[in-house]
Amino acid sequence: MNPVEIKKLISAEFPDAIVENESLQEYQIELKPESWLEIAKYLRTEPKLSFDQLECITGVDLGEDQVLQSRYNFHSLKLRHKLEIIISLDRKKPKLASIEQIWRLGDWFEREIYDMYGIVFEGHRDLRRILLPEDWEGWPLRKNYETPETYHGIVVPKIKAESEWE
Amino acid sequence: MGLLENKFKDNVVVASLDKLLGWARSTSPWYFQFGLACCAIEMMATAASRHDLERIGMMPRSSPRQADVMIVAGTVTMKMSLRVKKLYEQMADPKYVIAMGSCATSGGPYWQYGYHVLKGVDLVVPVDVYVPGCPPRPEALIEGLLKLQEKIQTQRPLTRKSA
Repeated sequence: MNPVEIKKLISAEFPDAIVENESLQEYQIELKPESWLEIAKYLRTEPKLSFDQLECITGVDLGEDQVLQSRYNFHSLKLRHKLEIIISLDRKKPKLASIEQIWRLGDWFEREIYDMYGIVFEGHRDLRRILLPEDWEGWPLRKNYETPETYHGIVVPKIKAESEWE
Repeated sequence: MGLLENKFKDNVVVASLDKLLGWARSTSPWYFQFGLACCAIEMMATAASRHDLERIGMMPRSSPRQADVMIVAGTVTMKMSLRVKKLYEQMADPKYVIAMGSCATSGGPYWQYGYHVLKGVDLVVPVDVYVPGCPPRPEALIEGLLKLQEKIQTQRPLTRKSA
């Protein structure tokens, strides 16, 4: 299926779910977060789509007063088409349904997004930090993240910004 | 510190014994394999047959309890730094540390923006020799190891420190 047909099929099945966004590429679809779990199940099980491979989940922070995004790349090995799903979330309460039980690969991807952006994936069975230590504070890949001054008593030396060099 | 360390007044016998001990220690500093990043590849190359660390008496050990020298080869993250400290504390005296490569000496490419990187392993453990480079060539690492051997040789373990 080509991207236009895929989009048509999804909007026919879930009429309120798609967010219109002119700036997107052909194969990208922006969705509302509410019905994400049902749509994900549909993407996997519908014979015309059968997205059996989750290639990647990416977190995006668009800036300080902007939204956080979670982006999913799907590919169908059987039908050889691809799709990117974009879901924008409120940065104060970033919550999204977990697709970990639909594509098992999503388990560690979601843990990494949680680790770096603090997006809580509801329904994930083991949502812990994956790379950083368990007692780390803050979400390091957010734009407004500030590097902590100490970690377990180890001081992080203050380094001047490039503009302050003499 | 051992039973005999810093216990004796300086005299002819103690001086020669010190020399003997220094020779023995400096010619067989077994090192702790501690590869954390790309520097580890150069450390392996140094230990392999072309550069052959065993000709200067150095042999890789996999346990901190059997090692005299810890070669910190690579980027030390904050998460790893606590473990580095723990492993250093598990080594038996006398113990030495070599900071290999720019990450271990100062944070390297992460010196300004790496929120997760320890800016130099000397913030956690005392370092004897710094080997610069990114990563250092095996020749540079051997130079550092020979410098460490010189340092060990000049130490006088038995002689009392007070003047």
